[in-house]
Amino acid sequence: MLPRLEPRSGVSAAMMLLTPAIAVGLTLIAGVIMFAALGFDPGRALYTFFVKPVSTLYGVSELLVKATPLAVIGIGLALGFRANVWNIGAEGQFTLGAICGGGVALAFHGVESWLVLPAMAVAGILGGLAWGAIPAFLRVRFNANEILTSLMLTYVATLLLSYLVHGPWRDPEGLNFPESRMFEDSALLPVILDETRLSIAAPIALLIVLAGWVVLSRAFLGFQIKVVGQSPAAASYAGFSEKRLIWTVLCVSGALAGLAGMFEVSGPIGQLHPVVSPGYGFTAIIVAFLGRLHPVGVLFAALLIALSYLGGELAQIELKLPLALTGVFQGMLLFFLLGTDVLIRYRIRFRRRGARIALPQGG
Amino acid sequence: MAAVASDDATARLALTDICKTFPGVVANDRVSLTLRPGEIHALLGENGAGKSTLVKIVYGVLRADSGEMRWNGQIVQVGSPAQARRLGIGMVFQHFSLFDSLTVAENIALGIDEKVPMRDLTERIGEVSAHYGLALDPGRHVHTLSVGERQRVEIVRCLLQNPSLLIMDEPTSVLTPQEADRLFETLRQLAAEGVTVLYISHKLEEIRALCEAATVLRGGRVVATCDPRTETARSLAQMMIGAELATPERGGADAAGNDRLTVRNLSLESEHPFGTPIRNVSLSVRAGEILGIAGVAGNGQPELLAALSGETLCEDADAILLDGRPVGRLGPRARRARGVCVVPEERMGQGTVPEMTLSENGFLSAYLRSGMLRQGLLQVRAMSRFASDIIQAYSVMAPGPAAAAGSLSGGNLQKFIIGREILQNPEILIAAHPTWGVDAGAAAAIQQALLDLAKAGAAVLVVSQDLDELFAISDRLAVICEGRLSASRLTRDTTVEQAGLLMGGMFDEAGEIVETHAA
Ligand SMILES: Nc1ncnc2c1ncn2[C@@H]1O[C@H](COP(=O)(O)OP(=O)(O)OP(=O)(O)O)[C@@H](O)[C@H]1O
Ligand SMILES: [Mg+2]
Repeated sequence: MLPRLEPRSGVSAAMMLLTPAIAVGLTLIAGVIMFAALGFDPGRALYTFFVKPVSTLYGVSELLVKATPLAVIGIGLALGFRANVWNIGAEGQFTLGAICGGGVALAFHGVESWLVLPAMAVAGILGGLAWGAIPAFLRVRFNANEILTSLMLTYVATLLLSYLVHGPWRDPEGLNFPESRMFEDSALLPVILDETRLSIAAPIALLIVLAGWVVLSRAFLGFQIKVVGQSPAAASYAGFSEKRLIWTVLCVSGALAGLAGMFEVSGPIGQLHPVVSPGYGFTAIIVAFLGRLHPVGVLFAALLIALSYLGGELAQIELKLPLALTGVFQGMLLFFLLGTDVLIRYRIRFRRRGARIALPQGG
Repeated sequence: MAAVASDDATARLALTDICKTFPGVVANDRVSLTLRPGEIHALLGENGAGKSTLVKIVYGVLRADSGEMRWNGQIVQVGSPAQARRLGIGMVFQHFSLFDSLTVAENIALGIDEKVPMRDLTERIGEVSAHYGLALDPGRHVHTLSVGERQRVEIVRCLLQNPSLLIMDEPTSVLTPQEADRLFETLRQLAAEGVTVLYISHKLEEIRALCEAATVLRGGRVVATCDPRTETARSLAQMMIGAELATPERGGADAAGNDRLTVRNLSLESEHPFGTPIRNVSLSVRAGEILGIAGVAGNGQPELLAALSGETLCEDADAILLDGRPVGRLGPRARRARGVCVVPEERMGQGTVPEMTLSENGFLSAYLRSGMLRQGLLQVRAMSRFASDIIQAYSVMAPGPAAAAGSLSGGNLQKFIIGREILQNPEILIAAHPTWGVDAGAAAAIQQALLDLAKAGAAVLVVSQDLDELFAISDRLAVICEGRLSASRLTRDTTVEQAGLLMGGMFDEAGEIVETHAA
């Protein structure tokens, strides 16, 4: 008996929206089993992981701090994925945004001006955009697969950052730690909630989500993206240039990831480190899919995934569980999401082996 | 009573009171149908009458809401195509389901349920295709095959599983007359061997020649059963529509004006490795006339259409002129802006995006017109109005502008695309197979719309395999063969025999017919 997938006749739209919820439910169940097997009280562990982190105002603010980069990057990725452009290198674009934004902050060290922050934002956007434009060029010009090129550029970006903070940009008064100077106040994002790290990056992220929504549902650009993704032949018939769209979505998703990187170093971190991201650029891929490539979905998915970061940290502190738990939960979520996605489109059939192919009689 | 029972007992397939509703549409309404072994049975009906839905239920693609299906006397529930195939039901779909990048044998291996070693499979493909005269090379890649050959792959795939019922949904709408004749021989041979054939087509003449029984659907219900051999095409059509059939009327005098679209010595390599390159094609279409381009499929039509629409750019801007101005290097959007509209070859996936709504699909090619795009934003209300206008003007059977294009029946989708292009008031219309898969009534309406468009001063170019259609509507006729185009001739001075010679490539460098004086 071999299992085999058979397409189902109809896929309801309601099911498509329900699968993320089902996937979350299954992840929780698997979490219970996992905690029980590890010898923890599953109720307490899940509480520590999913509820306790947001039981205080500070906890909620931290949730938003973590969700901000995920949402900003996720929106850009969703646009690209809709057009079947697989930018896997948002982590690198994020890093380059941090480098360029941070570079401006360091260059204007000692300058007190409101212009520093906008300049940093522009630099961050341009850095990410450039890092997205390289795969676009390679794809359009040489038909090189953007999955590989964008991913490889990620390593280039992290090594570049590492070189800079170990070498030229190292804090002269920093006891040889591989870190830049702390940014000046004029290079830090204004905090909007006292006693927290919540900065204006969060409301800006919300605006970006809204903009993404308008682009996808109302704008000609979003329409072209959807047509290219769903029926390339129809796009060519309609006269939508696939090349131009590849350029656009890679530049836009790169720019957004770059902006998120600049937010991170001028917000929560406040300086340049060898590592500026706990994998936001990769996690945002999960966020985009969990959110069904829809901007509003991306927003909720970003909050959920941010919670898994906080929960992992708290579980490490309170339950002495390894931080890898965060990755386990994110992985399970993606696994169950893809699994339920397959199962609403296909059903599993078991059938026996054996040839039952026959020739017509009389031949 | 007794007679009915014995009839059902000998029936291969007996459907009783099959019902199927989609949101807003009753596609099948208490349909009953009985098929005997060895019978070739026609299923007739207007676009959207519910023919494809019914056969998809039989084949297990769709599930009936209610009703009973007996197979060789036994009640069965067919839950999936695999189960249907196990029962002995084979089906060739209206829209093919082959993978272009795989070979014939690989495609067949994917479509059958058993794992068979490739060598055995190749051998069996050879045997089946020899037995039924369906020549096929198992090693060829599907994208190198003509439409007729692709269909052969689908048929052989069905036959390999030794079906006792073969369902064919509009198999000949894409075939040349010769290919269709060969298909009929195969079907007759199958019937003689006891296989039942359920045959859907809008070509009433071929149904009269092929089928011994017919069931007519209208609005999802059985409205008549008859023996098509004793009917005329006209009477069949009237059973389907329930009204008189209109014949398209030509405008009086030929008042052709200036050249609108001109092609000069266009040569193009094909983008597909096995496509047909275009060789030195010249043509011109004048305002107020219809130029027909006939030809057997796979002789360069897709390449020529892509060059005309701008999907493929020419090396030389002067190769294509619109009103005397070179446009060979302009893409589809720029040409649309100059009044060119195109009805493409493929209605699903090229002419429309199946998952998108009719509103969005109306916008797809008409975004430059009718105020549907302002400052980069879609004007949802205008889009919906445009789609409604198309639905009304071309009697497209659809619940409304919000329906997904993929939920329309084949013919209704074709009507929608034609309507979308014509309602943009094109100055130059390029239409491929305008009445492909459209029922007799709607075909007449579409042909009339093309004639009216030309009469109103547009230049119309129609590429079609259907000679009858081209003779009915075109003013001038040219033939494409192996990427070359014959000189155009006045249609009224051309005979079917001459067109046949041209289609066989019997024309010289100047494009004139070569008279062979064989001894
Ligand atoms: N998946 C679907 N969702 C919603 N409506 C559908 C779906 N499939 C078919 N319909 C509707 O059911 C009706 C019957 O469609 P069907 O495809 O059976 O027509 P048909 O007789 O095969 O027409 P044609 O000759 O144009 O192929 C149509 O009104 C169509 O719009
Ligand atoms: Mg149909």
